[in-house]
Amino acid sequence: MITILAYLAAMLCYAAEYAFGARGVVARAAQRELAPVGGSSGGAASVDDRGGAAASVDDLGDEVPAEGPGGSKISERIGTAAVLLTAVGVVAQIATLVTRAVAAGRVPWGNLYEFLLVLTLVGAISWLVVLRLRPAMRPLGLLVTSLLVVLLGAAGMVYTQAGPLVPALNSAWLRIHVTTVATAGGVLLVGFVSAVLYLLREGYESGKAGFPWALAGRAPAADALERFTFRVHAFAFPLLTVGIICGAIWAESAWGRYWGWDPKEIWSFITWVFYAGYLHARATPSVRRRVATYLALLGWTALMVNQFIVNYFFTGLHSYAGN
Amino acid sequence: MSILRNGWRQLTSMRTALVLLFLLALAAIPGSVLPQRRISPAKVSEYLATNPSAGRWLDRMQLFDVYSSVWFSAIYLLLFVSLVGCLVPRLRTHVTSLLRVPPDAPKRLERLPAHADGLPHDGDSAATARRLRRLLRARRFRATVRESDDGFTVSGEKGYLKETGNLLFHFALLGVLIGVASGSLFGWQGNRIVVAGAEQGFCNNRQQYDEFTPGSRVDDADLPRFCLSLVDFHASYLDSGQATSFRARMAYEIDGRGGGRSVGVNNPLRLGEATVYLLGHGYAPVVRYTDRTGRTQTQVVPFLTTDNFLTGSGVVAFPDANIGVVDTTYGPTGKAQVAFEGTYLPTVPDNVHVGRSAHPAERNPRLMLRPYFGDLGLDAGEPQSVYEINQRQISAGLLHSVGEPLALKPGESAKLPDGSTVEFLGTRPWIAVSVRHDPGEELVLVGAVLLVVGLLGSLAGRRRRIFFRVTAEGVEAGGLPRTDYSGFTAEFESIVQEAGRGAGPDGELVRPAAGDHDSGVPGGDAVLRR
Repeated sequence: MITILAYLAAMLCYAAEYAFGARGVVARAAQRELAPVGGSSGGAASVDDRGGAAASVDDLGDEVPAEGPGGSKISERIGTAAVLLTAVGVVAQIATLVTRAVAAGRVPWGNLYEFLLVLTLVGAISWLVVLRLRPAMRPLGLLVTSLLVVLLGAAGMVYTQAGPLVPALNSAWLRIHVTTVATAGGVLLVGFVSAVLYLLREGYESGKAGFPWALAGRAPAADALERFTFRVHAFAFPLLTVGIICGAIWAESAWGRYWGWDPKEIWSFITWVFYAGYLHARATPSVRRRVATYLALLGWTALMVNQFIVNYFFTGLHSYAGN
Repeated sequence: MSILRNGWRQLTSMRTALVLLFLLALAAIPGSVLPQRRISPAKVSEYLATNPSAGRWLDRMQLFDVYSSVWFSAIYLLLFVSLVGCLVPRLRTHVTSLLRVPPDAPKRLERLPAHADGLPHDGDSAATARRLRRLLRARRFRATVRESDDGFTVSGEKGYLKETGNLLFHFALLGVLIGVASGSLFGWQGNRIVVAGAEQGFCNNRQQYDEFTPGSRVDDADLPRFCLSLVDFHASYLDSGQATSFRARMAYEIDGRGGGRSVGVNNPLRLGEATVYLLGHGYAPVVRYTDRTGRTQTQVVPFLTTDNFLTGSGVVAFPDANIGVVDTTYGPTGKAQVAFEGTYLPTVPDNVHVGRSAHPAERNPRLMLRPYFGDLGLDAGEPQSVYEINQRQISAGLLHSVGEPLALKPGESAKLPDGSTVEFLGTRPWIAVSVRHDPGEELVLVGAVLLVVGLLGSLAGRRRRIFFRVTAEGVEAGGLPRTDYSGFTAEFESIVQEAGRGAGPDGELVRPAAGDHDSGVPGGDAVLRR
């Protein structure tokens, strides 16, 4: 009885915090979009808010608004607020996971809903780390946060009540395998965003105007973005590899084979091969960077297929999405 | 000959490898969409039955065996040939470059991406060169001094880790593939259902498995000898029916010594080179049948589970019932064999007609039996499922459903129209075990670990060269990053700065006339001309 009560309380607490966290993130995205409106009416855009501004302003034209001290200050402040709001979102999300862990009495990554929470959390944290190390990359913020919101929304759709694990998941490997994979996924999220922005920026720099390209009008320079994309992927790829290997070790002890071409395994294989292809293509001088970056996008696509399509449309041993 | 050489060059080129890698990823996709024979043969047959025409074509293209298909194998074999073709020359180059000292400085250092001029001179060219070599070595460069026409050159190189890691990664990948291959050649796997009870145990030989898949190089004599039985099995569930734990206590006998151990889902039993995994479980009803001659027989029959709530289905057959009785009521053969088509519900739902269990634990068990009399068709010698009534016998009019279906609680019995009795005594748990041996596993694991190590090395390592030219006129430095390395400029500057600080032992700096040309390195000259 007490367990049920505690569980209910935790769930309530969790729901409130989740809503708050999501609102924080949404608000951040919304403010990002507000910023350029203020900026362009004041005839100014800030140094710090280029990316957010780019999203809506540049549809109007290619004209780069002049710097103005007043507008700069406002959007500077909004930029800072946005970062703070992301941090609030992260804190709320951590609280969510902690309460869920307490409610279920286990590590909170036993089903798709929880996995997505962890993945987006890592994405948000690695994004904050990136901001700390490379403030110039801040314009990626709009895309990062909107992707986070979309993923969290998707997670909300696959909401599962907190509960104990099915026996197959009851292993120390759960912590190791899922943590590494979710971490890799979160970092790859940042990499994906940066890859998209690079492609847009590259198009913009080679003179393409009009809808998608102009969005990158105020993004960092294309080759800086490209290098950043590579660095992020180079960091995430070993993590992904380790995650898959841990999964294989676990599969050996749970299912009796380290690799059995289960749909989840197939798609992690595909993801891995695409990302490996990206890293190789990037190291090959004869392959253009743009082409290589498309491979990174394919990798992310495969990762998403693995999250959503595989869990719901294919039946396999990894069917833990919900009960 | 030239075609061959060109073909080989094409195959080992990076572009081809990339295309193959891409194809490999695409080729893996159908395996996740279509059922695969190796994983679920039943689903493949079902698919073929529902889509006969499309299915036949798909089957012809090996789309139900994607991962052992000709085309999938062709892609990865080509990829690995391409890999070997690329790796072997690279390994040779790398080993030579590891053994050799770094190459001599190029003639014109100012052409290198990083360059600095006008470094202080100690006065003695040879001593300066030695000092610079020490400096590079302290920074873990491989460095060497060469004497040239007008002085000395110092060459240093660092970051061999990158290529080492790269090669290690790819060779580890090869190792993994070899491990996988050896597993499928020399490994074997058997599946079987084990009902609780010492008399229900089995020994490790081919005949005693329900399914046995040997590797292509496995002989029956290679199987290790051991016997296994299930002592008891415990499962616990939430109210929702979700399982929270499984524990099977197993007894084993190997090399003449016996033992017991608890086996769980993530906790397999390792017996010599074989490993025993718990894959599934269910209930085996125990049914006692007393035929019209008064003979009693008891059968323990594992019922296959059909859903997560452990609804079981199976057939309890008594081929030896009514032996000696000739009764042509059920067909011309005159046999009066008995079988029951059964469904077992560990928890009967509120509405019995649902026919599916409401909970996996035995909260309110019920055994539904439909009796059949006649010829079971076991003498024909044709293989048939032990979990289903032989439909062919029914349609041939040799086997007949008799009387009403029965629903029995444990301990209950029922009378059949011919005066015989059937009694449901209770159930015993059964588990499905998979016994496997995969000799490639260790190699795959070692390969995988080395792969990650190599990967880290190749992504973290940065190959770069630093050169100094020491002449009577002064010291000049040049740097060449051989991979994309954003921190190179900073490193080069710091080396140049350090080279500038360490003056001769007498402290007297000999400043040569600074060169006029711009080094082209942002900040490179500025640092030196502080």
